[in-house]
Amino acid sequence: MSGPVNILDTGGAIEFAPRVHWIGAMDPSLRTFDIILKTANGTSYNSYLIRGSEGVAIVDTVKENFAEEFFRRLESVTSYDEIKVIVLNHLEPDHSGALPQLMERAPQARLYISQRATAMLKGLLKPQGEAFEYTTVGTDDRVSLGDRTLRFLHTPFLHWPDTQCTYLEEEQVLFSGDVFGCHFCDSRLFNDKVGDFRFSFDYYYAHIMRPFKQHVLDALELIEPLPLRIIAPTHGPILRDRPERYVRHYRELSTSSLSGEIGNNEKSLMIFYMSSYGNTARMAEAIYAGADEVDGVRVSLFDLEGGEVDPFVDLIEGADGLVFGSPTINGDAVKPVWDLLSSLVVVNLRGKLGAAFGSYGWSGEAPGMIEDRMRGLKMRVPLSGIRVKLIPSDEELVECRGYGRAIAATLVGKPIRKQVLDLADLAG
Amino acid sequence: MPKAKITFQDINQAVHVPVGTRVIEVSEKVGSGIIYGCRECDCGTCVMHVEEGWNNLSEPSVLEEKVLRENMAGRHDRLACQAQIIGDVTVKPA
Repeated sequence: MSGPVNILDTGGAIEFAPRVHWIGAMDPSLRTFDIILKTANGTSYNSYLIRGSEGVAIVDTVKENFAEEFFRRLESVTSYDEIKVIVLNHLEPDHSGALPQLMERAPQARLYISQRATAMLKGLLKPQGEAFEYTTVGTDDRVSLGDRTLRFLHTPFLHWPDTQCTYLEEEQVLFSGDVFGCHFCDSRLFNDKVGDFRFSFDYYYAHIMRPFKQHVLDALELIEPLPLRIIAPTHGPILRDRPERYVRHYRELSTSSLSGEIGNNEKSLMIFYMSSYGNTARMAEAIYAGADEVDGVRVSLFDLEGGEVDPFVDLIEGADGLVFGSPTINGDAVKPVWDLLSSLVVVNLRGKLGAAFGSYGWSGEAPGMIEDRMRGLKMRVPLSGIRVKLIPSDEELVECRGYGRAIAATLVGKPIRKQVLDLADLAG
Repeated sequence: MPKAKITFQDINQAVHVPVGTRVIEVSEKVGSGIIYGCRECDCGTCVMHVEEGWNNLSEPSVLEEKVLRENMAGRHDRLACQAQIIGDVTVKPA
Protein backbone atom coordinates (compact mmCIF):
# COMPACT_ATOMS: atom_id res chain seq x y z
CA MET A 1 0.00 0.00 0.00
CA SER A 2 1.30 3.41 -0.86
CA GLY A 3 1.31 5.81 2.03
CA PRO A 4 -0.02 9.35 1.91
CA VAL A 5 1.98 11.84 -0.12
CA ASN A 6 3.23 14.10 2.60
CA ILE A 7 2.46 17.39 0.92
CA LEU A 8 1.05 19.05 4.01
CA ASP A 9 4.40 18.89 5.76
CA THR A 10 6.65 19.84 2.86
CA GLY A 11 4.48 22.73 1.78
CA GLY A 12 5.91 22.43 -1.70
CA ALA A 13 4.38 22.09 -5.13
CA ILE A 14 3.43 18.68 -6.53
CA GLU A 15 4.39 18.02 -10.14
CA PHE A 16 1.78 15.73 -11.72
CA ALA A 17 2.64 16.18 -15.39
CA PRO A 18 5.89 17.52 -16.90
CA ARG A 19 6.25 21.11 -15.66
CA VAL A 20 2.64 21.12 -14.41
CA HIS A 21 2.29 21.55 -10.65
CA TRP A 22 -0.43 21.50 -8.03
CA ILE A 23 0.03 24.55 -5.78
CA GLY A 24 -3.31 24.55 -3.95
CA ALA A 25 -4.33 24.34 -0.31
CA MET A 26 -6.00 21.76 1.89
CA ASP A 27 -8.88 22.70 4.20
CA PRO A 28 -9.55 19.52 6.17
CA SER A 29 -11.57 21.16 8.94
CA LEU A 30 -14.32 22.61 6.72
CA ARG A 31 -17.70 20.96 7.33
CA THR A 32 -20.15 23.26 5.57
CA PHE A 33 -19.36 24.85 2.25
CA ASP A 34 -21.30 27.85 0.98
CA ILE A 35 -24.17 27.15 3.41
CA ILE A 36 -25.69 24.44 1.20
CA LEU A 37 -23.05 21.72 1.10
CA LYS A 38 -21.79 19.36 3.78
CA THR A 39 -18.42 17.71 3.71
CA ALA A 40 -17.21 15.01 6.09
CA ASN A 41 -13.50 15.56 5.54
CA GLY A 42 -13.15 19.13 4.33
CA THR A 43 -12.18 20.29 0.88
CA SER A 44 -9.24 21.41 -1.18
CA TYR A 45 -8.74 24.60 -3.16
CA ASN A 46 -6.77 23.39 -6.15
CA SER A 47 -4.55 25.82 -7.94
CA TYR A 48 -2.15 24.95 -10.73
CA LEU A 49 1.11 26.19 -12.19
CA ILE A 50 2.26 25.49 -15.74
CA ARG A 51 5.75 26.29 -16.89
CA GLY A 52 6.39 27.02 -20.56
CA SER A 53 9.56 28.04 -22.42
CA GLU A 54 8.39 31.66 -22.32
CA GLY A 55 6.90 32.03 -18.90
CA VAL A 56 4.71 30.59 -16.20
CA ALA A 57 0.92 30.42 -15.96
CA ILE A 58 -1.13 30.16 -12.79
CA VAL A 59 -4.61 28.67 -13.14
CA ASP A 60 -6.97 29.65 -10.30
CA THR A 61 -5.97 30.63 -6.80
CA VAL A 62 -7.33 29.71 -3.35
CA LYS A 63 -9.60 31.04 -0.62
CA GLU A 64 -8.15 34.19 0.91
CA ASN A 65 -7.21 32.73 4.28
CA PHE A 66 -5.28 29.93 2.58
CA ALA A 67 -3.16 32.34 0.56
CA GLU A 68 -0.04 31.77 2.65
CA GLU A 69 -0.02 28.04 1.86
CA PHE A 70 -0.65 28.77 -1.82
CA PHE A 71 2.20 31.28 -2.09
CA ARG A 72 4.56 28.93 -0.26
CA ARG A 73 3.91 26.20 -2.79
CA LEU A 74 4.09 28.64 -5.69
CA GLU A 75 7.43 30.04 -4.52
CA SER A 76 8.86 26.51 -4.36
CA VAL A 77 8.76 26.30 -8.17
CA THR A 78 8.81 29.82 -9.57
CA SER A 79 9.69 33.41 -8.87
CA TYR A 80 6.98 36.00 -9.30
CA ASP A 81 8.71 37.77 -12.18
CA GLU A 82 8.41 34.61 -14.30
CA ILE A 83 4.62 34.63 -14.11
CA LYS A 84 3.25 35.75 -17.44
CA VAL A 85 -0.33 34.49 -17.33
CA ILE A 86 -2.97 34.20 -14.62
CA VAL A 87 -6.17 32.38 -15.53
CA LEU A 88 -9.28 32.43 -13.39
CA ASN A 89 -11.69 29.76 -14.57
CA HIS A 90 -14.22 30.81 -11.93
CA LEU A 91 -14.34 33.92 -9.77
CA GLU A 92 -16.04 32.56 -6.67
CA PRO A 93 -14.06 33.75 -3.62
CA ASP A 94 -12.67 30.27 -2.85
CA HIS A 95 -10.74 30.55 -6.14
CA SER A 96 -10.17 34.28 -6.46
CA GLY A 97 -9.30 34.95 -2.81
CA ALA A 98 -5.55 35.15 -3.35
CA LEU A 99 -5.81 36.96 -6.68
CA PRO A 100 -5.27 40.54 -5.42
CA GLN A 101 -2.09 39.53 -3.61
CA LEU A 102 -0.90 37.51 -6.59
CA MET A 103 -1.45 40.46 -8.92
CA GLU A 104 0.49 42.68 -6.56
CA ARG A 105 3.40 40.26 -6.42
CA ALA A 106 3.36 39.62 -10.19
CA PRO A 107 2.23 42.96 -11.67
CA GLN A 108 3.56 42.07 -15.12
CA ALA A 109 1.21 39.07 -15.42
CA ARG A 110 -1.85 39.29 -17.61
CA LEU A 111 -5.18 38.12 -16.18
CA TYR A 112 -7.43 36.00 -18.42
CA ILE A 113 -11.10 35.58 -17.53
CA SER A 114 -14.26 34.66 -19.42
CA GLN A 115 -16.38 37.28 -21.11
CA ARG A 116 -19.07 36.85 -18.48
CA ALA A 117 -16.66 37.38 -15.60
CA THR A 118 -15.94 41.08 -15.89
CA ALA A 119 -18.84 42.36 -13.79
CA MET A 120 -18.06 39.75 -11.15
CA LEU A 121 -14.40 40.69 -11.04
CA LYS A 122 -15.37 44.26 -10.23
CA GLY A 123 -17.95 43.13 -7.69
CA LEU A 124 -15.58 40.78 -5.92
CA LEU A 125 -12.43 42.82 -5.83
CA LYS A 126 -13.78 46.18 -4.74
CA PRO A 127 -12.18 48.62 -4.92
CA GLN A 128 -9.00 47.19 -6.49
CA GLY A 129 -11.03 45.44 -9.19
CA GLU A 130 -11.41 48.62 -11.16
CA ALA A 131 -7.66 48.90 -11.43
CA PHE A 132 -7.10 45.36 -12.67
CA GLU A 133 -6.24 44.90 -16.28
CA TYR A 134 -7.56 41.76 -17.86
CA THR A 135 -8.24 40.06 -21.16
CA THR A 136 -11.54 38.30 -21.78
CA VAL A 137 -11.45 35.02 -23.65
CA GLY A 138 -13.91 32.60 -25.22
CA THR A 139 -13.91 29.14 -26.79
CA ASP A 140 -10.78 28.39 -28.82
CA ASP A 141 -8.95 31.55 -27.75
CA ARG A 142 -5.37 30.60 -26.97
CA VAL A 143 -2.50 31.92 -24.89
CA SER A 144 1.03 30.82 -25.63
CA LEU A 145 3.69 30.06 -23.05
CA GLY A 146 6.26 29.44 -25.80
CA ASP A 147 6.35 25.69 -26.18
CA ARG A 148 2.95 25.21 -24.54
CA THR A 149 -0.50 26.52 -25.28
CA LEU A 150 -3.49 27.15 -23.10
CA ARG A 151 -6.81 26.93 -24.92
CA PHE A 152 -10.04 28.20 -23.38
CA LEU A 153 -13.48 26.62 -23.42
CA HIS A 154 -16.51 28.80 -22.76
CA THR A 155 -18.60 26.73 -20.34
CA PRO A 156 -20.98 29.18 -18.66
CA PHE A 157 -23.22 28.35 -15.67
CA LEU A 158 -21.09 25.55 -14.32
CA HIS A 159 -22.04 26.80 -11.83
CA TRP A 160 -21.79 30.60 -12.21
CA PRO A 161 -22.26 32.63 -15.37
CA ASP A 162 -18.51 33.23 -15.53
CA THR A 163 -17.23 29.67 -15.48
CA GLN A 164 -14.80 28.42 -18.13
CA CYS A 165 -12.31 25.58 -18.59
CA THR A 166 -8.70 25.80 -19.70
CA TYR A 167 -6.95 23.07 -21.68
CA LEU A 168 -3.21 22.56 -21.83
CA GLU A 169 -2.94 21.19 -25.35
CA GLU A 170 0.52 19.62 -25.29
CA GLU A 171 -0.07 17.64 -22.07
CA GLN A 172 -3.82 17.10 -22.60
CA VAL A 173 -4.65 18.41 -19.16
CA LEU A 174 -8.06 19.99 -18.63
CA PHE A 175 -8.21 22.57 -15.85
CA SER A 176 -11.93 22.28 -15.40
CA GLY A 177 -12.77 24.71 -12.60
CA ASP A 178 -15.59 23.37 -10.43
CA VAL A 179 -16.66 20.93 -13.14
CA PHE A 180 -15.65 17.37 -12.16
CA GLY A 181 -14.83 18.68 -8.67
CA CYS A 182 -16.00 17.63 -5.23
CA HIS A 183 -15.53 18.63 -1.62
CA PHE A 184 -13.18 15.90 -0.54
CA CYS A 185 -9.94 16.60 1.25
CA ASP A 186 -7.17 14.05 0.98
CA SER A 187 -3.52 14.89 0.73
CA ARG A 188 -2.88 11.86 -1.47
CA LEU A 189 -4.33 14.17 -4.12
CA PHE A 190 -5.06 11.75 -6.99
CA ASN A 191 -8.20 9.77 -7.78
CA ASP A 192 -6.28 6.51 -7.80
CA LYS A 193 -4.84 7.22 -4.33
CA VAL A 194 -7.44 8.96 -2.17
CA GLY A 195 -9.85 6.07 -1.62
CA ASP A 196 -13.51 5.91 -2.52
CA PHE A 197 -14.79 9.44 -3.06
CA ARG A 198 -17.65 8.64 -5.43
CA PHE A 199 -20.30 9.71 -2.89
CA SER A 200 -18.68 13.09 -2.64
CA PHE A 201 -18.38 13.46 -6.42
CA ASP A 202 -22.06 12.63 -6.96
CA TYR A 203 -23.18 14.79 -4.03
CA TYR A 204 -21.29 17.75 -5.44
CA TYR A 205 -22.84 17.24 -8.86
CA ALA A 206 -26.33 16.93 -7.32
CA HIS A 207 -26.05 20.24 -5.49
CA ILE A 208 -23.84 22.34 -7.73
CA MET A 209 -24.26 21.16 -11.32
CA ARG A 210 -27.72 19.58 -11.35
CA PRO A 211 -29.62 22.90 -11.70
CA PHE A 212 -27.59 23.50 -14.87
CA LYS A 213 -27.94 20.16 -16.66
CA GLN A 214 -28.44 21.69 -20.08
CA HIS A 215 -25.32 23.79 -19.60
CA VAL A 216 -23.45 20.64 -18.51
CA LEU A 217 -24.51 18.94 -21.75
CA ASP A 218 -23.42 21.99 -23.77
CA ALA A 219 -20.04 21.95 -22.01
CA LEU A 220 -19.62 18.21 -22.62
CA GLU A 221 -19.95 18.88 -26.35
CA LEU A 222 -16.74 20.90 -26.03
CA ILE A 223 -14.99 18.60 -23.56
CA GLU A 224 -15.75 15.14 -24.97
CA PRO A 225 -13.77 15.58 -28.23
CA LEU A 226 -10.62 16.54 -26.29
CA PRO A 227 -7.92 13.92 -25.77
CA LEU A 228 -7.71 13.85 -21.98
CA ARG A 229 -4.79 12.60 -19.96
CA ILE A 230 -5.69 14.42 -16.74
CA ILE A 231 -8.62 16.45 -15.42
CA ALA A 232 -7.54 18.98 -12.82
CA PRO A 233 -10.60 20.45 -11.05
CA THR A 234 -10.58 23.21 -8.43
CA HIS A 235 -11.86 20.97 -5.61
CA GLY A 236 -11.13 17.38 -4.68
CA PRO A 237 -8.91 14.76 -6.29
CA ILE A 238 -7.02 15.32 -9.52
CA LEU A 239 -8.45 12.80 -11.98
CA ARG A 240 -5.44 11.19 -13.63
CA ASP A 241 -6.59 7.56 -13.70
CA ARG A 242 -8.92 7.16 -16.68
CA PRO A 243 -10.38 10.66 -16.51
CA GLU A 244 -12.74 9.93 -19.39
CA ARG A 245 -14.89 7.92 -16.95
CA TYR A 246 -15.77 11.11 -15.13
CA VAL A 247 -16.74 12.82 -18.36
CA ARG A 248 -19.00 9.88 -19.18
CA HIS A 249 -20.43 9.95 -15.67
CA TYR A 250 -21.30 13.64 -16.04
CA ARG A 251 -23.19 12.84 -19.21
CA GLU A 252 -25.07 10.04 -17.46
CA LEU A 253 -25.94 12.28 -14.54
CA SER A 254 -27.20 14.98 -16.90
CA THR A 255 -29.31 12.71 -19.08
CA SER A 256 -32.40 10.90 -17.91
CA SER A 257 -32.09 7.18 -18.53
CA LEU A 258 -35.83 6.61 -18.06
CA SER A 259 -37.13 9.38 -20.26
CA GLY A 260 -40.09 7.26 -21.33
CA GLU A 261 -41.43 7.45 -17.80
CA ILE A 262 -41.12 11.24 -17.87
CA GLY A 263 -43.02 11.26 -21.15
CA ASN A 264 -41.43 12.03 -24.48
CA ASN A 265 -44.53 12.86 -26.43
CA GLU A 266 -46.77 14.04 -23.63
CA LYS A 267 -46.62 16.94 -21.22
CA SER A 268 -46.52 15.84 -17.60
CA LEU A 269 -48.63 17.71 -15.09
CA MET A 270 -48.18 16.98 -11.38
CA ILE A 271 -50.64 17.99 -8.73
CA PHE A 272 -49.34 18.11 -5.16
CA TYR A 273 -51.67 18.89 -2.29
CA MET A 274 -52.12 18.92 1.47
CA SER A 275 -55.54 18.80 3.03
CA SER A 276 -56.69 19.06 6.64
CA TYR A 277 -60.42 18.26 6.39
CA GLY A 278 -60.45 16.75 2.91
CA ASN A 279 -61.68 19.90 1.15
CA THR A 280 -58.48 20.76 -0.68
CA ALA A 281 -58.14 17.02 -1.48
CA ARG A 282 -61.57 17.03 -3.18
CA MET A 283 -60.55 20.08 -5.18
CA ALA A 284 -57.33 18.29 -6.16
CA GLU A 285 -59.27 15.26 -7.41
CA ALA A 286 -61.60 17.46 -9.47
CA ILE A 287 -58.65 19.36 -10.99
CA TYR A 288 -56.99 16.02 -11.74
CA ALA A 289 -60.13 14.75 -13.47
CA GLY A 290 -60.42 17.92 -15.55
CA ALA A 291 -56.77 17.90 -16.59
CA ASP A 292 -57.03 14.24 -17.50
CA GLU A 293 -59.62 15.08 -20.15
CA VAL A 294 -57.05 16.94 -22.23
CA ASP A 295 -55.14 14.96 -24.85
CA GLY A 296 -51.38 15.08 -24.71
CA VAL A 297 -51.17 15.58 -20.95
CA ARG A 298 -50.14 12.93 -18.47
CA VAL A 299 -51.42 14.04 -15.10
CA SER A 300 -50.39 12.67 -11.67
CA LEU A 301 -51.81 13.37 -8.22
CA PHE A 302 -49.74 13.27 -5.03
CA ASP A 303 -50.65 13.87 -1.40
CA LEU A 304 -47.68 15.62 0.23
CA GLU A 305 -48.56 13.93 3.50
CA GLY A 306 -47.54 10.60 1.99
CA GLY A 307 -44.06 11.44 0.82
CA GLU A 308 -40.74 13.02 1.60
CA VAL A 309 -39.28 16.08 -0.03
CA ASP A 310 -36.35 14.62 -2.01
CA PRO A 311 -38.28 12.17 -4.21
CA PHE A 312 -40.82 14.90 -4.91
CA VAL A 313 -37.97 17.18 -5.99
CA ASP A 314 -36.90 14.47 -8.46
CA LEU A 315 -40.45 14.27 -9.79
CA ILE A 316 -40.68 18.02 -10.16
CA GLU A 317 -37.44 18.16 -12.13
CA GLY A 318 -38.99 16.04 -14.86
CA ALA A 319 -42.43 17.68 -14.86
CA ASP A 320 -43.70 20.25 -17.35
CA GLY A 321 -46.44 21.66 -15.15
CA LEU A 322 -46.89 21.83 -11.37
CA VAL A 323 -50.04 22.50 -9.42
CA PHE A 324 -49.92 23.00 -5.66
CA GLY A 325 -52.93 22.79 -3.40
CA SER A 326 -52.87 24.09 0.15
CA PRO A 327 -55.48 25.11 2.65
CA THR A 328 -54.98 28.50 4.22
CA ILE A 329 -54.20 28.22 7.91
CA ASN A 330 -53.67 31.42 9.86
CA GLY A 331 -53.15 33.36 6.65
CA ASP A 332 -50.48 31.11 5.17
CA ALA A 333 -49.98 28.02 3.04
CA VAL A 334 -49.08 24.98 5.14
CA LYS A 335 -45.52 24.02 6.02
CA PRO A 336 -45.15 20.85 3.88
CA VAL A 337 -45.91 22.95 0.82
CA TRP A 338 -43.29 25.52 1.77
CA ASP A 339 -40.84 22.74 2.64
CA LEU A 340 -41.12 21.46 -0.91
CA LEU A 341 -41.14 24.89 -2.51
CA SER A 342 -38.00 25.83 -0.61
CA SER A 343 -36.15 22.66 -1.67
CA LEU A 344 -36.18 23.24 -5.40
CA VAL A 345 -32.92 25.15 -5.69
CA VAL A 346 -31.20 22.01 -7.02
CA VAL A 347 -33.42 21.69 -10.08
CA ASN A 348 -34.14 23.92 -13.04
CA LEU A 349 -37.70 25.21 -12.99
CA ARG A 350 -37.41 27.82 -15.72
CA GLY A 351 -40.48 28.01 -17.84
CA LYS A 352 -42.42 25.24 -16.12
CA LEU A 353 -46.08 26.05 -15.82
CA GLY A 354 -47.39 26.62 -12.30
CA ALA A 355 -50.83 26.90 -10.72
CA ALA A 356 -52.27 26.86 -7.21
CA PHE A 357 -55.53 26.16 -5.43
CA GLY A 358 -56.94 25.54 -1.99
CA SER A 359 -59.84 25.58 0.40
CA TYR A 360 -59.93 28.25 3.09
CA GLY A 361 -61.93 29.40 6.08
CA TRP A 362 -62.04 33.16 5.92
CA SER A 363 -59.11 34.81 4.13
CA GLY A 364 -57.61 32.32 1.65
CA GLU A 365 -54.14 33.74 1.04
CA ALA A 366 -52.40 30.42 0.30
CA PRO A 367 -52.88 30.09 -3.50
CA GLY A 368 -51.72 33.67 -4.13
CA MET A 369 -48.66 33.19 -1.95
CA ILE A 370 -47.79 29.96 -3.74
CA GLU A 371 -48.17 31.70 -7.11
CA ASP A 372 -45.80 34.46 -6.02
CA ARG A 373 -43.29 31.85 -4.93
CA MET A 374 -43.56 30.02 -8.25
CA ARG A 375 -42.98 33.25 -10.18
CA GLY A 376 -39.97 33.86 -7.96
CA LEU A 377 -38.72 30.41 -8.97
CA LYS A 378 -38.93 31.54 -12.63
CA MET A 379 -41.97 29.46 -13.42
CA ARG A 380 -44.77 30.89 -15.52
CA VAL A 381 -48.15 31.23 -13.85
CA PRO A 382 -50.67 32.04 -16.59
CA LEU A 383 -53.90 31.24 -14.74
CA SER A 384 -55.06 32.77 -11.52
CA GLY A 385 -55.51 30.22 -8.73
CA ILE A 386 -58.81 28.83 -7.62
CA ARG A 387 -60.11 29.08 -4.05
CA VAL A 388 -63.12 27.53 -2.35
CA LYS A 389 -64.53 28.63 0.98
CA LEU A 390 -64.53 25.56 3.23
CA ILE A 391 -66.44 22.62 1.73
CA PRO A 392 -66.57 22.63 -2.10
CA SER A 393 -70.11 22.43 -3.48
CA ASP A 394 -70.93 20.39 -6.56
CA GLU A 395 -70.87 23.58 -8.64
CA GLU A 396 -67.49 24.52 -7.22
CA LEU A 397 -66.15 21.07 -8.00
CA VAL A 398 -67.32 21.52 -11.58
CA GLU A 399 -65.41 24.81 -11.57
CA CYS A 400 -62.32 23.00 -10.27
CA ARG A 401 -62.67 20.46 -13.04
CA GLY A 402 -62.80 23.28 -15.57
CA TYR A 403 -59.73 24.82 -13.97
CA GLY A 404 -57.88 21.52 -14.36
CA ARG A 405 -58.91 21.41 -18.00
CA ALA A 406 -57.72 24.99 -18.52
CA ILE A 407 -54.32 24.31 -16.93
CA ALA A 408 -53.80 21.20 -19.04
CA ALA A 409 -54.93 22.98 -22.22
CA THR A 410 -52.49 25.82 -21.52
CA LEU A 411 -49.74 23.28 -20.93
CA VAL A 412 -50.21 21.76 -24.38
CA GLY A 413 -50.30 25.20 -25.98
CA LYS A 414 -54.05 25.40 -26.59
CA PRO A 415 -55.18 27.85 -23.94
CA ILE A 416 -58.89 28.19 -23.38
CA ARG A 417 -59.02 31.93 -23.69
CA LYS A 418 -59.32 34.60 -26.31
CA GLN A 419 -56.45 34.96 -28.77
CA VAL A 420 -56.22 38.66 -27.91
CA LEU A 421 -56.72 39.80 -24.32
CA ASP A 422 -56.78 43.18 -22.68
CA LEU A 423 -54.34 43.90 -19.88
CA ALA A 424 -57.29 44.76 -17.67
CA ASP A 425 -58.62 41.17 -18.12
CA LEU A 426 -55.54 39.65 -16.58
CA ALA A 427 -55.46 38.98 -12.87
CA GLY A 428 -52.86 40.85 -10.87
CA MET B 1 -55.63 56.16 -23.65
CA PRO B 2 -53.67 54.99 -26.72
CA LYS B 3 -53.21 51.25 -26.86
CA ALA B 4 -50.73 48.90 -28.44
CA LYS B 5 -50.68 45.16 -28.98
CA ILE B 6 -47.93 42.94 -27.66
CA THR B 7 -47.79 39.36 -28.88
CA PHE B 8 -45.94 36.70 -26.89
CA GLN B 9 -44.87 34.27 -29.53
CA ASP B 10 -43.96 31.41 -27.17
CA ILE B 11 -47.56 31.08 -25.97
CA ASN B 12 -49.23 32.53 -29.06
CA GLN B 13 -51.06 35.14 -27.01
CA ALA B 14 -51.65 38.82 -27.73
CA VAL B 15 -52.57 41.48 -25.21
CA HIS B 16 -53.80 45.06 -25.70
CA VAL B 17 -51.98 47.36 -23.29
CA PRO B 18 -51.83 51.10 -22.68
CA VAL B 19 -48.90 52.65 -24.52
CA GLY B 20 -45.96 52.98 -22.13
CA THR B 21 -46.60 49.69 -20.33
CA ARG B 22 -43.42 47.78 -19.57
CA VAL B 23 -43.21 44.22 -20.92
CA ILE B 24 -42.65 42.93 -17.37
CA GLU B 25 -46.09 44.21 -16.37
CA VAL B 26 -47.75 41.96 -18.94
CA SER B 27 -45.59 38.91 -19.56
CA GLU B 28 -45.89 37.38 -16.11
CA LYS B 29 -49.62 37.91 -15.90
CA VAL B 30 -50.18 36.26 -19.23
CA GLY B 31 -47.80 33.39 -18.50
CA SER B 32 -45.13 33.92 -21.13
CA GLY B 33 -41.87 32.07 -20.59
CA ILE B 34 -39.89 35.32 -20.21
CA ILE B 35 -38.37 35.06 -16.76
CA TYR B 36 -37.06 37.63 -14.33
CA GLY B 37 -34.29 37.88 -11.77
CA CYS B 38 -33.51 41.26 -10.21
CA ARG B 39 -36.25 43.14 -12.09
CA GLU B 40 -34.14 46.28 -12.06
CA CYS B 41 -31.79 46.17 -15.03
CA ASP B 42 -28.83 44.47 -13.41
CA CYS B 43 -28.80 40.69 -13.87
CA GLY B 44 -29.84 40.22 -17.49
CA THR B 45 -32.11 37.25 -16.71
CA CYS B 46 -35.08 38.75 -18.59
CA VAL B 47 -33.40 39.06 -21.98
CA MET B 48 -36.12 38.64 -24.62
CA HIS B 49 -35.95 38.52 -28.38
CA VAL B 50 -37.99 41.01 -30.39
CA GLU B 51 -39.40 39.22 -33.42
CA GLU B 52 -41.32 42.13 -34.89
CA GLY B 53 -41.78 45.80 -34.10
CA TRP B 54 -38.23 46.52 -32.88
CA ASN B 55 -38.89 50.23 -33.22
CA ASN B 56 -42.11 49.99 -31.24
CA LEU B 57 -40.29 49.64 -27.94
CA SER B 58 -38.78 52.53 -25.97
CA GLU B 59 -35.09 53.21 -26.65
CA PRO B 60 -32.75 51.24 -24.37
CA SER B 61 -31.00 53.27 -21.68
CA VAL B 62 -27.21 53.35 -21.39
CA LEU B 63 -27.51 50.99 -18.42
CA GLU B 64 -29.69 48.53 -20.32
CA GLU B 65 -27.25 48.54 -23.21
CA LYS B 66 -24.42 47.78 -20.80
CA VAL B 67 -26.31 44.84 -19.26
CA LEU B 68 -27.22 43.50 -22.70
CA ARG B 69 -23.56 43.70 -23.72
CA GLU B 70 -22.34 41.96 -20.56
CA ASN B 71 -24.80 39.15 -21.14
CA MET B 72 -23.77 38.81 -24.76
CA ALA B 73 -27.32 39.46 -25.92
CA GLY B 74 -27.95 39.04 -29.61
CA ARG B 75 -29.28 41.43 -32.20
CA HIS B 76 -32.81 42.59 -31.45
CA ASP B 77 -32.64 41.43 -27.84
CA ARG B 78 -33.97 43.64 -25.05
CA LEU B 79 -34.53 43.44 -21.30
CA ALA B 80 -38.21 42.80 -20.59
CA CYS B 81 -37.97 44.61 -17.24
CA GLN B 82 -37.00 47.82 -19.03
CA ALA B 83 -38.59 47.94 -22.47
CA GLN B 84 -41.81 49.93 -22.71
CA ILE B 85 -44.38 49.09 -25.35
CA ILE B 86 -45.14 52.06 -27.59
CA GLY B 87 -46.56 50.23 -30.61
CA ASP B 88 -47.37 46.73 -31.84
CA VAL B 89 -44.60 44.29 -31.08
CA THR B 90 -43.95 40.55 -31.03
CA VAL B 91 -41.53 39.08 -28.49
CA LYS B 92 -40.38 35.73 -27.17
CA PRO B 93 -37.95 34.48 -24.48
CA ALA B 94 -34.36 34.76 -25.72
